[in-house]
Amino acid sequence: MKKILQNKATRSNYITYGGVILAFILLQGLSAANALSSSLKGQLVPICAYVVMALSLNLTVGVLGELSLGHAGFMSVGAFAGAVAASAMTESVAAEPIRLAIAMVIGAVFAGVAGVLIGIPVLRLNGDYLAIVTLAFGEIIKSIINNLYIGIDVNGLHASFLNNNITFAEGGRMILSGPMGIPGIQKISTFTAGFILIMITLIVIFNLVNSRSGRAIMALRDNRIAAESVGIPVTKYKMMAFVTSAALAGAAGALFSLGQNTIIASKFDFNTSILILVFVVLGGQGRMWGSIIAAAALTVLPEMLREFADYRMLIYAIVLIVVMLFTNSAGAKQFISKVKSIFMRDIEGGEQNG
Amino acid sequence: MKKILAMLMALLMVLSMAACGGNEAPEAEAPAVDAPEGATVLKIGGVGPLTGGAAIYGNAAKHGAEIAVEEINALGGEFVFDLRYEDDAHDAEKSVNAYNTLKDWGMQIFLGSVTSTPGVATSVEANADNMFYLTPSASSTDVLGGVENPLTGTVDIARKANIFQMCFVDPNQGSASAQYIYEKHLGEKVAIIYKNDDVYSTGIYNSFVAKAEELGLNIVSTTTFTTDSQNDFSVQIADAKDKGADLIFLPMYYDAASLILTQADAIGYDPTFFGVDGMDGILTVEGFDTTLAEGVILLTPFNADAEDEATKSFVSKYQEAYGEVPNQFAADAYDCVYAIYEALQGSGVASDASYSDLCDLLVAKFTGSDFVFNGLTGEDMTWDATGAVSKAPKGMVIENGAYVGMD
Amino acid sequence: MLTFLNHLINGISLGSVYAIIALGYTMVYGIAKMLNFAHGDVIMVGAYVCFFAVSSFGLPPVLGVLLAMLVCTILGMTIERLAYKPLRQAPSLAVLITAIGVSYFLQNSAQLLWGSNQKMFPAFLSGDGISLFRGQINISTVTVVTIIACVIIMLVLTFFTNKTKMGKAMRACSEDKGAAQLMGINVNSTISMTFAIGSALAAIAGVLLCSAYPTLIPTTGSMPGIKAFTAAVFGGIGSIPGAMLGGILLGIIEIFAKAYISTQVSDAIVFAVLIIVLLVKPSGLLGKPIREKV
Repeated sequence: MKKILQNKATRSNYITYGGVILAFILLQGLSAANALSSSLKGQLVPICAYVVMALSLNLTVGVLGELSLGHAGFMSVGAFAGAVAASAMTESVAAEPIRLAIAMVIGAVFAGVAGVLIGIPVLRLNGDYLAIVTLAFGEIIKSIINNLYIGIDVNGLHASFLNNNITFAEGGRMILSGPMGIPGIQKISTFTAGFILIMITLIVIFNLVNSRSGRAIMALRDNRIAAESVGIPVTKYKMMAFVTSAALAGAAGALFSLGQNTIIASKFDFNTSILILVFVVLGGQGRMWGSIIAAAALTVLPEMLREFADYRMLIYAIVLIVVMLFTNSAGAKQFISKVKSIFMRDIEGGEQNG
Repeated sequence: MKKILAMLMALLMVLSMAACGGNEAPEAEAPAVDAPEGATVLKIGGVGPLTGGAAIYGNAAKHGAEIAVEEINALGGEFVFDLRYEDDAHDAEKSVNAYNTLKDWGMQIFLGSVTSTPGVATSVEANADNMFYLTPSASSTDVLGGVENPLTGTVDIARKANIFQMCFVDPNQGSASAQYIYEKHLGEKVAIIYKNDDVYSTGIYNSFVAKAEELGLNIVSTTTFTTDSQNDFSVQIADAKDKGADLIFLPMYYDAASLILTQADAIGYDPTFFGVDGMDGILTVEGFDTTLAEGVILLTPFNADAEDEATKSFVSKYQEAYGEVPNQFAADAYDCVYAIYEALQGSGVASDASYSDLCDLLVAKFTGSDFVFNGLTGEDMTWDATGAVSKAPKGMVIENGAYVGMD
Repeated sequence: MLTFLNHLINGISLGSVYAIIALGYTMVYGIAKMLNFAHGDVIMVGAYVCFFAVSSFGLPPVLGVLLAMLVCTILGMTIERLAYKPLRQAPSLAVLITAIGVSYFLQNSAQLLWGSNQKMFPAFLSGDGISLFRGQINISTVTVVTIIACVIIMLVLTFFTNKTKMGKAMRACSEDKGAAQLMGINVNSTISMTFAIGSALAAIAGVLLCSAYPTLIPTTGSMPGIKAFTAAVFGGIGSIPGAMLGGILLGIIEIFAKAYISTQVSDAIVFAVLIIVLLVKPSGLLGKPIREKV
C-alpha cells in the first residue's frame, strides 16, 4: 500500500476519487438537511453531466493532445438517443434507475459509434484542421437532429427525416419533433446517478491512462514521429482515446437530458463545445481533478452572479479572462511560486518526496 | 503536496458554494418597494432572455411588466407588487436555474418564460410546484400541454393545469393566417419561409400547412432558414419568385423578416407579405426604411399607434423610461401583470400567502366564467381550462408607416 | 441557366463577405499563431461605431468607416496588450480561451452600452449596381464594393507581408519568434501591429457585412465569425489568397446547397463538403503542407 501511495500519479488519482466521494457525501448531507437552495439543488445533475463532459474532453485534449471543438456533438447524440430510449421504455421498464442506466448505455453506444465515424477522417488530420472537422461534425449533428422526427405507438418506434409524415396507430405519441426537440422528458436522473457516472468515468480514464495503451497515447501526444518509429500504431491508439471520450460524453449527454424537462438540438451547439473546452483548459490539460473543479465552479458561477443583474455575464467574462491570465502568464506564475515558497518552507521541510 | 492543497481548496469551494446556497433561502429580504400601511405585498417573478441573441424579447417583456408594476404600486391600493426578472439567455437549462433562483427569493406568482423552449422547461417546474404561471409570450402548445399535434393528431404532452398564456397559441395563429388569406383572397400562389430550428416558427408553419391543405390554398414554395444562416435569403426569395408566388407567409420574428423585406426589395420582387405577431415591432427598428414594410399584412394583438388612452399612456411611459417604442412582448407582459392584479381583487390574500394557495385561487379565478380582462392586447379576454386565451388575432395592414385595421 | 447564374452571383456576394472577415482571421493566425475568436465581435463593434457615426451624428459614410477603423484599431491593440500579451509563453489553448472570454466581454459590453434592440444599418452602399441580361441578373453595389475591397486588401496584404520591412518581420515572427528576436526584431510590437491591421480590417468587414445584411445586434459578429473561421481553414489558414478563395467558395457552396439540395439541411451540407475537402487536402486548399520535423 505504501509503495502504491509513493507513486505520485496513483496518489493523485486516489485523492481525486476521495475528493469526489467527499463532495458527494457532503452535498447529499446538506441536501437531506434541506440546507441547499432550490437553485443549487436544481444544478446538481447538470453539474455532474458537465463534469463528465469535461473529464471526457480532457481525455482528447489533455491526454491525446488533439483539440476538439465539437464535443457537444457527442453529448447531443447521447442526449437524444438516451432520452428517446428512456421515453420509449416508460411502460416496459418500470424501475427508474434501471431505465436511466439503460438510457445512459444506449447514449454511450450511439455516441461511441459517432466517435468511430468521425474518428476515421479526424485521425488523418492535425492541429487546427482537426479542430475544424470536429466543429463541422457538431454542426452537422445539430442540423440532422433538427430535422429528425421520432414517434412511438403500439407497433414500435417510427422515424422520419425532414418532414413529419409519421402516421400513428391509436394511442401513439411523438417523442422527438425536429426543432421542437423532446418537450416532455420525464426527469429520472438523480444526483446519485451523476455521482456514479463520474466515478465510472474516473475509473475508465485513470485505468486507460495508467495502462500500456495510455502510455502509448501519451507518447503520441508528446512526439508522434518518435512514437511511430518505435512501432506504436498511431490510428489504433488515437481511435481508442477518441472513441472512449465520445462514449463517455454520450453517457453524460443521456444523464443531462434525463435531468431536463426539455432539450432541443441547438442546445448542443458550438458555444456548448467551447464551454466544455473552457472547463478543461481552466482546470489544466491532463489534470482530471482540475477539470472536475473547473466544471463545477464555472457551472455555478453564472448563477451566483445573478445579484449583479445586467452586469452578470460581463463579470463572468472578466472573471474568465483574469483567471486565464493569472494561471498562465509568466509574471503571475513567478508570483505564485514565490508566495508558495514562502508558505511551504516550513511544511515542505518534513516531506522530502512531496 | 500541491495536489493535496488543491483538493482541500476544492472542498472548501464546494462547501462555500453549498453554504452560500443554503443561507440564501431563509434570509428574509426586506421588500424592495415602499408599501403603504396594511397593503399586501406580493413577489412576482419572471424569466426571459435578457442577454444573448434573443435579448430583444426578454428585455421588452421585462420593461413592460415594470411599467405595469410601477403604475399599480403608485395607486397605493390594496396590492403592492415586488417584481424581479431573471435572465435565461434563451436556454431551457438556465431558465430552470432562473426559476429556482426566483423561488429562493420567495416568488409567489410567476410570469413565466418569455420564449417558448425555456417556457416548456419552466412550465413543468411550475406545474410540479403548483406555482401560478401566466406567460406573456411563450406561445408553443407544449407550454400549456394537452393540445393536439396538428400534423399527427396525437396529444404528446398532458395538460399542465396551472399554466396560462396571454399570447395567441402558435397553431391558432397558423390556422387563423391560412383562414384569413383564404377568405380575403390575398394570394393565389402562396410561398412560405420559416425558421426550421425555432419552436415558434415551426409551430405556426405546421398548423398553417394543415389548415391550408384543408382549405385548398395553393402553396407553391416552402423554404427554411436557421439561426446559423439567418443573413442571406436570396435562395428562398428567388424560389418564391420563380414559382410565381404572389404572397409570402413569414411566420417569424421581425429581425429576420426585416432582412427578407430588404432583400426582396433589392431584386425588385414585391409580393404581399403576410406576417404573424412576431412581425410586430418591425416599424420601430432603429434605421429601418418603413416604406419597405408598406402593404405588409400581419396578425397582431397590439398596435403601438392605437388612439385609445390606455395604449397612448403605456407607449409614452415606455418611451420615456426606455427610449424605444414598445412591441407586443412589452404589451403582453404589461397585460399579464394587470390580469393578475384584477384577478386578485377582492380575494383578501395576505403578504405571506403561500404560492400554492395563490395558485389555486388564481386558477379558479382565471377559469371562472365571470373573469373578463380588457388590456392593451385585446378586449374581453377570457381563459378556460386549456390555458389558452380567447382573443381573436386582428389583421392589420401597414399603410404610410402605421398599422391600419383590415376590417 | 439564368437561375444558375443568379445563384452563383448570390453565392459570390455571400462569399465575399465571408472572405473579407476571413482575411482578418487568417492575418492574425498566420502571424500570431492564435485563433482569435473575438475577431467576430470586433467586427460587431466596428459596425456599431459606423452606425452611430452615420445615423446619429450624420457624418459622411467615408468618415464613419474611418472612425470605425480607428476605434477598432485602438480596441484591437488594447485587447492584445491586456489579454493576449501576458500569455505569449502560455500554451496556445490558454490564449484561445482568453479570446473567448474577450468575445463574451465585447458582446455583453455592447449590449449594456447600446441595448439589445436591433438596429438597421444605413444603406449608404445602395444604388443600382450592375445589371446584366437586360436586368434579369443584378449584382448589387454592396457585392461589387465588397469584392473590390477583398481583392485590394488581399493584394495589399500580400505585398505588405512579402515586400515591406514590417511585413518581413511579421513573417519572421510567424516562423520562429525566438530567432526573430535574436535578429533584432521587436516581437511584441510586431504582433501588436498585426492586431492593429487585423482589427482595422475587421472594421471594414463589419461595415460591409452590415451593408449586405443590415440587422445589427450585439451578437451580429459571432456566426459570420465562425463561418469565416471555417472559410479561412477551408482555404488553408494563414494563407492570404486562401482566405479569399475559401470565403468565396464557402458562400457559393452554401447558396448552391440551399438552392439545389435543401434549405433544411444546408448547414449540414456545407460542413460535410468542408470535411471532404479537408480529407483530400488536409491543410486546406492553398495551405502550406505541414512539415514534420524529426
